Amino acid sequence: MSAPRPYTLIAELTYRCPLACPYCSNPLDLRARAHETTELTTDEWCRAFEDAAALGVMQLHLTGGEPLARKDLEALVAKARALDLYVNLITSGIPLSRERLVALAKAGLDAIQLSVQDVDAARSDVVAGTVCFDEKMRVAAMARELELPLTLNVVLHRANIDRVAEIVALGERLGAHRVELANVQYLGWALANRDALLPSEDQIARARAAAAEEKARLLGKIEVLFVLADHYAAYPRACMDGWARRFVHVIPDGTVLPCHAAMSIPGLAFESVRARSLVDIWRDSPGLDAFRGDAWMPDPCRSCSRKEVDFGGCRCQAFALTGDASATDPACSLSPRHAIIEAARAVATDDARERRYLYRGRESRTPPAR
Amino acid sequence: MTGETRPRLAKKARLKIDPIEKKSVLLSPERGLVLSASAAEILARCDGERTVERISAELADGTQAALEDVRRDVVAFLEEMARRGFVELGG
Repeated sequence: MSAPRPYTLIAELTYRCPLACPYCSNPLDLRARAHETTELTTDEWCRAFEDAAALGVMQLHLTGGEPLARKDLEALVAKARALDLYVNLITSGIPLSRERLVALAKAGLDAIQLSVQDVDAARSDVVAGTVCFDEKMRVAAMARELELPLTLNVVLHRANIDRVAEIVALGERLGAHRVELANVQYLGWALANRDALLPSEDQIARARAAAAEEKARLLGKIEVLFVLADHYAAYPRACMDGWARRFVHVIPDGTVLPCHAAMSIPGLAFESVRARSLVDIWRDSPGLDAFRGDAWMPDPCRSCSRKEVDFGGCRCQAFALTGDASATDPACSLSPRHAIIEAARAVATDDARERRYLYRGRESRTPPAR
Repeated sequence: MTGETRPRLAKKARLKIDPIEKKSVLLSPERGLVLSASAAEILARCDGERTVERISAELADGTQAALEDVRRDVVAFLEEMARRGFVELGG
Protein backbone atom coordinates (compact mmCIF):
# COMPACT_ATOMS: atom_id res chain seq x y z
CA MET A 1 0.00 0.00 0.00
CA SER A 2 1.38 3.43 -0.87
CA ALA A 3 1.76 5.55 2.24
CA PRO A 4 0.04 8.94 2.42
CA ARG A 5 1.98 12.09 3.27
CA PRO A 6 2.18 12.88 6.99
CA TYR A 7 1.86 16.55 7.98
CA THR A 8 2.49 16.33 11.72
CA LEU A 9 5.03 14.55 13.87
CA ILE A 10 3.94 14.02 17.45
CA ALA A 11 7.15 13.44 19.39
CA GLU A 12 6.49 12.00 22.84
CA LEU A 13 9.94 12.79 24.19
CA THR A 14 9.47 11.14 27.58
CA TYR A 15 6.87 9.49 29.78
CA ARG A 16 8.32 11.23 32.85
CA CYS A 17 5.87 13.76 34.30
CA PRO A 18 5.43 15.54 37.63
CA LEU A 19 1.64 15.48 37.15
CA ALA A 20 -0.67 12.49 37.33
CA CYS A 21 -3.94 13.51 35.67
CA PRO A 22 -6.59 10.76 35.81
CA TYR A 23 -7.08 11.00 32.01
CA CYS A 24 -3.36 10.76 31.19
CA SER A 25 -2.76 9.54 27.64
CA ASN A 26 0.43 7.66 28.55
CA PRO A 27 0.22 3.86 28.81
CA LEU A 28 -1.28 2.30 31.96
CA ASP A 29 1.55 -0.20 32.30
CA LEU A 30 4.54 2.11 32.49
CA ARG A 31 7.30 -0.04 33.83
CA ALA A 32 9.75 1.71 36.10
CA ARG A 33 12.66 1.41 33.69
CA ALA A 34 15.51 3.88 33.74
CA HIS A 35 14.64 6.60 31.25
CA GLU A 36 18.34 7.04 30.42
CA THR A 37 18.42 3.65 28.72
CA THR A 38 14.96 3.62 27.14
CA GLU A 39 14.53 7.16 25.78
CA LEU A 40 15.97 8.15 22.43
CA THR A 41 19.13 10.23 22.57
CA THR A 42 19.36 13.77 21.24
CA ASP A 43 20.96 12.50 18.02
CA GLU A 44 18.31 9.84 17.53
CA TRP A 45 15.53 12.42 17.89
CA CYS A 46 17.33 14.79 15.51
CA ARG A 47 17.51 12.04 12.89
CA ALA A 48 13.81 11.32 13.35
CA PHE A 49 13.05 15.04 12.80
CA GLU A 50 15.13 15.02 9.60
CA ASP A 51 13.27 11.98 8.32
CA ALA A 52 9.91 13.48 9.25
CA ALA A 53 10.75 16.65 7.30
CA ALA A 54 11.80 14.50 4.33
CA LEU A 55 8.41 12.76 4.42
CA GLY A 56 6.67 16.14 4.22
CA VAL A 57 5.95 16.84 7.88
CA MET A 58 5.55 20.58 8.59
CA GLN A 59 4.22 20.55 12.16
CA LEU A 60 6.07 19.20 15.18
CA HIS A 61 4.44 18.68 18.55
CA LEU A 62 6.92 18.20 21.35
CA THR A 63 5.02 16.40 24.07
CA GLY A 64 5.22 13.57 26.61
CA GLY A 65 4.87 12.98 29.56
CA GLU A 66 6.38 16.33 30.31
CA PRO A 67 8.82 17.35 27.54
CA LEU A 68 10.53 19.80 29.93
CA ALA A 69 11.95 16.74 31.69
CA ARG A 70 14.32 16.41 28.71
CA LYS A 71 17.49 18.41 29.37
CA ASP A 72 18.11 18.63 25.60
CA LEU A 73 14.77 20.26 24.78
CA GLU A 74 16.44 23.51 23.64
CA ALA A 75 18.70 21.55 21.26
CA LEU A 76 15.72 19.63 19.88
CA VAL A 77 13.78 22.87 19.28
CA ALA A 78 16.77 24.41 17.51
CA LYS A 79 17.16 21.35 15.29
CA ALA A 80 13.49 21.34 14.38
CA ARG A 81 13.56 25.04 13.49
CA ALA A 82 16.66 24.50 11.37
CA LEU A 83 14.50 22.01 9.44
CA ASP A 84 11.84 24.75 9.15
CA LEU A 85 9.27 22.78 11.15
CA TYR A 86 6.55 24.67 13.06
CA VAL A 87 7.48 23.82 16.65
CA ASN A 88 4.73 23.60 19.24
CA LEU A 89 5.61 22.73 22.85
CA ILE A 90 2.80 20.87 24.60
CA THR A 91 3.49 21.20 28.27
CA SER A 92 2.20 21.29 31.82
CA GLY A 93 4.67 24.11 32.41
CA ILE A 94 6.17 22.22 35.36
CA PRO A 95 8.95 23.02 36.05
CA LEU A 96 9.85 25.96 33.81
CA SER A 97 12.11 28.82 34.81
CA ARG A 98 12.12 32.15 33.02
CA GLU A 99 15.69 31.49 31.83
CA ARG A 100 14.66 28.23 30.25
CA LEU A 101 11.64 29.70 28.50
CA VAL A 102 13.85 32.50 27.15
CA ALA A 103 16.30 29.85 25.88
CA LEU A 104 13.47 27.89 24.23
CA ALA A 105 12.12 31.02 22.57
CA LYS A 106 15.62 31.86 21.36
CA ALA A 107 16.01 28.33 19.97
CA GLY A 108 13.01 29.08 17.78
CA LEU A 109 9.96 27.75 19.58
CA ASP A 110 6.91 28.86 17.57
CA ALA A 111 4.15 28.32 20.10
CA ILE A 112 3.39 26.89 23.50
CA GLN A 113 0.34 24.93 24.58
CA LEU A 114 -0.10 25.05 28.32
CA SER A 115 -2.43 22.64 30.10
CA VAL A 116 -4.49 23.80 33.05
CA GLN A 117 -6.86 21.45 34.85
CA ASP A 118 -9.47 23.92 36.12
CA VAL A 119 -9.88 27.63 36.87
CA ASP A 120 -8.71 27.62 40.49
CA ALA A 121 -5.82 26.08 42.37
CA ALA A 122 -7.85 23.93 44.77
CA ARG A 123 -9.75 22.02 42.08
CA SER A 124 -7.01 22.08 39.47
CA ASP A 125 -4.42 20.58 41.81
CA VAL A 126 -6.69 17.67 42.80
CA VAL A 127 -7.08 16.72 39.12
CA ALA A 128 -3.35 17.12 38.42
CA GLY A 129 -2.54 15.00 41.46
CA THR A 130 0.03 17.61 42.47
CA VAL A 131 0.29 21.26 43.51
CA CYS A 132 0.96 23.17 40.28
CA PHE A 133 -1.80 25.68 39.38
CA ASP A 134 -0.10 28.83 40.67
CA GLU A 135 3.13 27.88 38.91
CA LYS A 136 1.20 27.43 35.64
CA MET A 137 -0.20 30.93 36.00
CA ARG A 138 3.37 32.23 36.28
CA VAL A 139 4.39 30.28 33.16
CA ALA A 140 1.47 31.76 31.20
CA ALA A 141 2.50 35.27 32.28
CA MET A 142 6.09 34.62 31.16
CA ALA A 143 4.91 33.34 27.77
CA ARG A 144 2.88 36.49 27.31
CA GLU A 145 5.79 38.70 28.31
CA LEU A 146 8.04 36.90 25.81
CA GLU A 147 5.30 37.16 23.14
CA LEU A 148 5.20 33.40 22.69
CA PRO A 149 1.83 32.47 21.17
CA LEU A 150 -0.07 30.69 23.93
CA THR A 151 -2.78 28.06 23.66
CA LEU A 152 -4.59 27.33 26.89
CA ASN A 153 -5.62 23.69 26.91
CA VAL A 154 -8.18 22.39 29.37
CA VAL A 155 -9.34 18.80 29.25
CA LEU A 156 -13.05 18.72 30.02
CA HIS A 157 -14.74 16.14 32.29
CA ARG A 158 -17.70 16.04 34.67
CA ALA A 159 -15.95 18.00 37.45
CA ASN A 160 -15.00 21.07 35.33
CA ILE A 161 -17.21 21.05 32.24
CA ASP A 162 -19.79 23.32 33.91
CA ARG A 163 -17.19 26.14 33.87
CA VAL A 164 -16.61 26.62 30.13
CA ALA A 165 -17.22 30.40 30.29
CA GLU A 166 -14.87 30.75 33.29
CA ILE A 167 -12.17 28.73 31.50
CA VAL A 168 -12.41 30.96 28.44
CA ALA A 169 -12.27 34.03 30.71
CA LEU A 170 -9.07 32.63 32.25
CA GLY A 171 -7.65 32.27 28.73
CA GLU A 172 -8.52 35.92 28.06
CA ARG A 173 -6.82 37.07 31.26
CA LEU A 174 -3.71 35.05 30.43
CA GLY A 175 -3.49 36.52 26.93
CA ALA A 176 -3.99 33.20 25.15
CA HIS A 177 -4.59 33.42 21.42
CA ARG A 178 -6.36 30.08 21.51
CA VAL A 179 -8.39 28.18 24.08
CA GLU A 180 -8.76 24.49 23.50
CA LEU A 181 -11.63 22.85 25.36
CA ALA A 182 -10.95 19.19 24.75
CA ASN A 183 -13.33 16.62 26.14
CA VAL A 184 -11.62 13.54 27.52
CA GLN A 185 -11.23 10.72 25.00
CA TYR A 186 -11.87 7.52 26.90
CA LEU A 187 -8.79 5.37 26.39
CA GLY A 188 -6.07 4.18 28.77
CA TRP A 189 -6.18 6.00 32.12
CA ALA A 190 -9.30 7.85 31.07
CA LEU A 191 -11.15 4.61 30.38
CA ALA A 192 -10.06 3.24 33.77
CA ASN A 193 -11.48 6.47 35.26
CA ARG A 194 -14.49 6.80 32.98
CA ASP A 195 -17.16 6.60 35.68
CA ALA A 196 -15.43 9.42 37.56
CA LEU A 197 -14.83 11.56 34.45
CA LEU A 198 -17.67 11.16 31.96
CA PRO A 199 -20.08 14.13 32.06
CA SER A 200 -23.81 13.69 31.67
CA GLU A 201 -25.58 14.47 28.42
CA ASP A 202 -27.05 17.64 30.00
CA GLN A 203 -23.60 18.84 31.01
CA ILE A 204 -22.31 18.26 27.48
CA ALA A 205 -25.22 20.14 25.92
CA ARG A 206 -24.74 23.16 28.21
CA ALA A 207 -20.97 23.19 27.66
CA ARG A 208 -21.39 23.02 23.92
CA ALA A 209 -23.78 25.96 23.93
CA ALA A 210 -21.48 27.97 26.20
CA ALA A 211 -18.48 27.24 23.98
CA ALA A 212 -20.40 28.33 20.86
CA GLU A 213 -21.34 31.58 22.61
CA GLU A 214 -17.74 32.26 23.67
CA LYS A 215 -16.47 31.42 20.21
CA ALA A 216 -18.81 33.97 18.63
CA ARG A 217 -18.00 36.60 21.27
CA LEU A 218 -14.24 36.27 20.74
CA LEU A 219 -14.20 35.86 16.95
CA GLY A 220 -11.04 37.43 15.51
CA LYS A 221 -9.52 37.82 19.00
CA ILE A 222 -9.22 34.37 20.54
CA GLU A 223 -9.89 31.10 18.81
CA VAL A 224 -12.15 28.93 20.95
CA LEU A 225 -12.05 25.27 20.07
CA PHE A 226 -14.49 22.73 21.55
CA VAL A 227 -13.61 19.09 20.92
CA LEU A 228 -16.67 16.95 21.54
CA ALA A 229 -16.55 13.69 23.48
CA ASP A 230 -17.35 10.93 21.01
CA HIS A 231 -19.46 9.25 23.70
CA TYR A 232 -22.01 11.96 22.92
CA ALA A 233 -21.73 12.16 19.14
CA ALA A 234 -23.88 10.35 16.59
CA TYR A 235 -20.79 9.31 14.65
CA PRO A 236 -17.25 8.55 15.80
CA ARG A 237 -14.52 11.17 15.71
CA ALA A 238 -12.10 10.99 12.79
CA CYS A 239 -9.43 9.62 15.10
CA MET A 240 -6.01 11.04 14.03
CA ASP A 241 -7.67 11.92 10.68
CA GLY A 242 -7.32 8.24 9.83
CA TRP A 243 -4.84 5.57 10.94
CA ALA A 244 -1.22 6.40 9.94
CA ARG A 245 -2.46 8.97 7.45
CA ARG A 246 -1.63 12.58 8.39
CA PHE A 247 -0.02 12.12 11.81
CA VAL A 248 3.08 10.14 12.70
CA HIS A 249 3.61 9.43 16.36
CA VAL A 250 6.94 8.49 17.95
CA ILE A 251 7.06 7.39 21.59
CA PRO A 252 10.02 7.85 23.98
CA ASP A 253 11.82 4.63 22.98
CA GLY A 254 11.53 5.43 19.26
CA THR A 255 8.63 3.14 18.37
CA VAL A 256 6.63 4.61 15.48
CA LEU A 257 2.87 4.53 15.99
CA PRO A 258 -0.24 5.94 14.31
CA CYS A 259 -1.35 7.41 17.69
CA HIS A 260 -0.35 7.46 21.35
CA ALA A 261 -2.51 4.47 22.28
CA ALA A 262 -1.89 1.99 19.47
CA MET A 263 0.39 -0.21 21.58
CA SER A 264 -2.75 -1.19 23.52
CA ILE A 265 -3.84 -3.27 20.51
CA PRO A 266 -2.14 -6.67 20.74
CA GLY A 267 -0.64 -8.42 17.73
CA LEU A 268 0.45 -5.34 15.79
CA ALA A 269 4.13 -5.15 14.84
CA PHE A 270 5.47 -1.62 15.33
CA GLU A 271 9.10 -0.72 14.67
CA SER A 272 11.56 1.66 16.29
CA VAL A 273 13.61 4.37 14.58
CA ARG A 274 16.57 2.71 16.33
CA ALA A 275 16.25 -0.26 13.95
CA ARG A 276 15.07 1.37 10.71
CA SER A 277 14.67 4.92 9.47
CA LEU A 278 11.41 6.75 10.07
CA VAL A 279 11.05 7.20 6.30
CA ASP A 280 11.18 3.44 5.69
CA ILE A 281 8.94 2.61 8.64
CA TRP A 282 6.30 5.13 7.57
CA ARG A 283 6.23 3.86 4.00
CA ASP A 284 6.09 0.18 4.77
CA SER A 285 5.48 -1.31 8.18
CA PRO A 286 2.91 -3.96 9.11
CA GLY A 287 1.61 -2.09 12.17
CA LEU A 288 1.07 1.15 10.26
CA ASP A 289 -0.44 -0.60 7.25
CA ALA A 290 -2.86 -2.63 9.41
CA PHE A 291 -5.71 -0.09 9.30
CA ARG A 292 -4.80 2.14 6.39
CA GLY A 293 -7.42 2.39 3.65
CA ASP A 294 -10.73 0.54 4.01
CA ALA A 295 -9.88 -3.12 3.30
CA TRP A 296 -9.97 -3.89 7.03
CA MET A 297 -13.43 -2.41 7.52
CA PRO A 298 -16.44 -4.55 8.36
CA ASP A 299 -19.93 -3.38 7.54
CA PRO A 300 -21.64 -1.06 8.37
CA CYS A 301 -18.36 0.90 7.90
CA ARG A 302 -17.22 -0.33 4.51
CA SER A 303 -20.41 0.60 2.69
CA CYS A 304 -20.91 3.76 4.77
CA SER A 305 -20.88 7.12 2.99
CA ARG A 306 -19.03 8.59 5.97
CA LYS A 307 -16.00 6.32 5.75
CA GLU A 308 -13.98 9.11 4.12
CA VAL A 309 -15.15 11.51 6.85
CA ASP A 310 -14.36 9.59 10.03
CA PHE A 311 -12.20 6.76 8.64
CA GLY A 312 -14.07 4.25 10.78
CA GLY A 313 -13.41 6.06 14.06
CA CYS A 314 -10.91 4.89 16.67
CA ARG A 315 -9.28 1.45 16.44
CA CYS A 316 -7.97 1.61 20.01
CA GLN A 317 -11.44 2.37 21.31
CA ALA A 318 -12.94 -0.44 19.22
CA PHE A 319 -10.43 -2.86 20.76
CA ALA A 320 -10.76 -1.51 24.31
CA LEU A 321 -14.55 -1.78 24.30
CA THR A 322 -15.19 -4.86 22.13
CA GLY A 323 -11.94 -6.84 22.16
CA ASP A 324 -11.80 -6.58 18.35
CA ALA A 325 -9.68 -3.79 16.86
CA SER A 326 -11.42 -4.20 13.48
CA ALA A 327 -14.91 -3.80 14.89
CA THR A 328 -17.02 -0.75 14.11
CA ASP A 329 -16.19 1.91 16.72
CA PRO A 330 -18.92 1.48 19.38
CA ALA A 331 -19.12 5.29 19.63
CA CYS A 332 -20.89 5.18 16.26
CA SER A 333 -24.68 5.07 16.56
CA LEU A 334 -24.64 2.57 13.66
CA SER A 335 -22.41 0.12 15.56
CA PRO A 336 -24.10 -3.15 16.58
CA ARG A 337 -22.26 -2.69 19.91
CA HIS A 338 -23.38 0.89 20.55
CA ALA A 339 -25.17 -0.28 23.73
CA ILE A 340 -21.74 -0.27 25.44
CA ILE A 341 -21.60 3.53 25.03
CA GLU A 342 -25.23 3.97 26.04
CA ALA A 343 -24.53 2.08 29.27
CA ALA A 344 -21.62 4.44 30.08
CA ARG A 345 -23.87 7.43 29.46
CA ALA A 346 -26.49 5.99 31.82
CA VAL A 347 -23.87 5.79 34.60
CA ALA A 348 -23.05 9.45 33.98
CA THR A 349 -26.61 10.51 34.86
CA ASP A 350 -26.27 9.03 38.36
CA ASP A 351 -25.10 11.92 40.55
CA ALA A 352 -25.35 9.90 43.76
CA ARG A 353 -22.77 7.37 42.63
CA GLU A 354 -19.49 7.33 44.57
CA ARG A 355 -16.60 8.35 42.33
CA ARG A 356 -12.82 8.23 42.77
CA TYR A 357 -9.84 9.11 40.58
CA LEU A 358 -7.14 6.49 39.99
CA TYR A 359 -3.78 8.16 39.34
CA ARG A 360 -0.41 7.17 37.95
CA GLY A 361 1.63 6.28 41.06
CA ARG A 362 -0.62 8.12 43.57
CA GLU A 363 -3.31 7.12 46.07
CA SER A 364 -6.82 7.43 44.64
CA ARG A 365 -8.86 10.50 45.60
CA THR A 366 -12.36 11.88 45.43
CA PRO A 367 -12.91 14.26 42.46
CA PRO A 368 -13.29 17.98 43.25
CA ALA A 369 -16.78 19.42 43.60
CA ARG A 370 -18.50 20.43 40.37
CA MET B 1 -9.22 49.16 7.81
CA THR B 2 -8.11 52.09 5.70
CA GLY B 3 -5.43 52.56 3.07
CA GLU B 4 -3.09 53.69 5.86
CA THR B 5 -3.56 50.54 8.00
CA ARG B 6 -0.29 48.64 8.44
CA PRO B 7 -1.20 44.95 8.69
CA ARG B 8 1.18 42.56 10.40
CA LEU B 9 1.27 38.78 10.28
CA ALA B 10 0.19 37.43 13.70
CA LYS B 11 3.00 36.18 15.91
CA LYS B 12 1.62 32.64 15.78
CA ALA B 13 1.57 32.53 11.96
CA ARG B 14 4.54 31.65 9.77
CA LEU B 15 4.79 31.58 5.97
CA LYS B 16 6.64 28.75 4.34
CA ILE B 17 6.98 27.05 0.98
CA ASP B 18 5.80 23.46 1.24
CA PRO B 19 8.90 21.60 0.04
CA ILE B 20 6.80 18.76 -1.41
CA GLU B 21 3.96 20.59 -3.17
CA LYS B 22 6.00 23.77 -3.78
CA LYS B 23 3.06 25.90 -2.68
CA SER B 24 2.98 28.63 -0.05
CA VAL B 25 1.44 27.60 3.25
CA LEU B 26 0.61 29.57 6.37
CA LEU B 27 1.49 27.61 9.49
CA SER B 28 0.00 28.20 12.92
CA PRO B 29 -0.56 25.88 15.89
CA GLU B 30 -2.00 22.62 14.52
CA ARG B 31 -2.93 24.33 11.23
CA GLY B 32 -1.55 24.58 7.75
CA LEU B 33 -3.39 26.76 5.28
CA VAL B 34 -2.51 26.32 1.61
CA LEU B 35 -2.34 29.74 -0.01
CA SER B 36 -2.96 30.95 -3.54
CA ALA B 37 -0.05 32.77 -5.15
CA SER B 38 -1.67 36.19 -4.63
CA ALA B 39 -2.60 35.41 -1.00
CA ALA B 40 1.03 34.53 -0.35
CA GLU B 41 2.15 37.77 -2.07
CA ILE B 42 -0.10 39.81 0.21
CA LEU B 43 0.85 38.03 3.45
CA ALA B 44 4.57 38.26 2.67
CA ARG B 45 4.09 42.05 2.72
CA CYS B 46 2.22 42.15 6.04
CA ASP B 47 5.27 43.32 7.98
CA GLY B 48 3.70 46.09 10.07
CA GLU B 49 5.57 48.65 7.92
CA ARG B 50 3.80 48.61 4.58
CA THR B 51 0.36 50.20 4.39
CA VAL B 52 -2.62 48.53 2.70
CA GLU B 53 -2.23 51.17 -0.02
CA ARG B 54 1.40 50.26 -0.64
CA ILE B 55 0.70 46.50 -0.57
CA SER B 56 -2.06 47.02 -3.15
CA ALA B 57 0.20 49.14 -5.35
CA GLU B 58 2.99 46.58 -5.18
CA LEU B 59 0.61 43.82 -6.20
CA ALA B 60 -0.92 45.82 -9.04
CA ASP B 61 2.50 46.85 -10.31
CA GLY B 62 3.43 45.11 -13.55
CA THR B 63 -0.05 43.61 -14.01
CA GLN B 64 -3.00 44.69 -16.14
CA ALA B 65 -5.24 44.98 -13.09
CA ALA B 66 -6.65 48.33 -12.00
CA LEU B 67 -5.34 49.50 -8.62
CA GLU B 68 -8.85 49.94 -7.19
CA ASP B 69 -9.76 46.33 -8.05
CA VAL B 70 -6.58 45.04 -6.45
CA ARG B 71 -7.16 47.22 -3.36
CA ARG B 72 -10.69 45.87 -2.98
CA ASP B 73 -9.41 42.26 -3.14
CA VAL B 74 -6.55 42.98 -0.74
CA VAL B 75 -8.89 44.58 1.82
CA ALA B 76 -11.41 41.72 1.61
CA PHE B 77 -8.66 39.14 2.01
CA LEU B 78 -7.02 40.92 4.94
CA GLU B 79 -10.36 41.32 6.70
CA GLU B 80 -10.94 37.58 6.42
CA MET B 81 -7.41 36.79 7.65
CA ALA B 82 -7.82 39.18 10.58
CA ARG B 83 -11.14 37.55 11.48
CA ARG B 84 -9.32 34.22 11.60
CA GLY B 85 -6.55 35.66 13.75
CA PHE B 86 -3.75 35.33 11.21
CA VAL B 87 -3.24 39.06 10.62
CA GLU B 88 -3.23 41.98 13.06
CA LEU B 89 -4.55 45.29 11.78
CA GLY B 90 -2.51 47.88 13.64
CA GLY B 91 -2.79 51.64 13.16
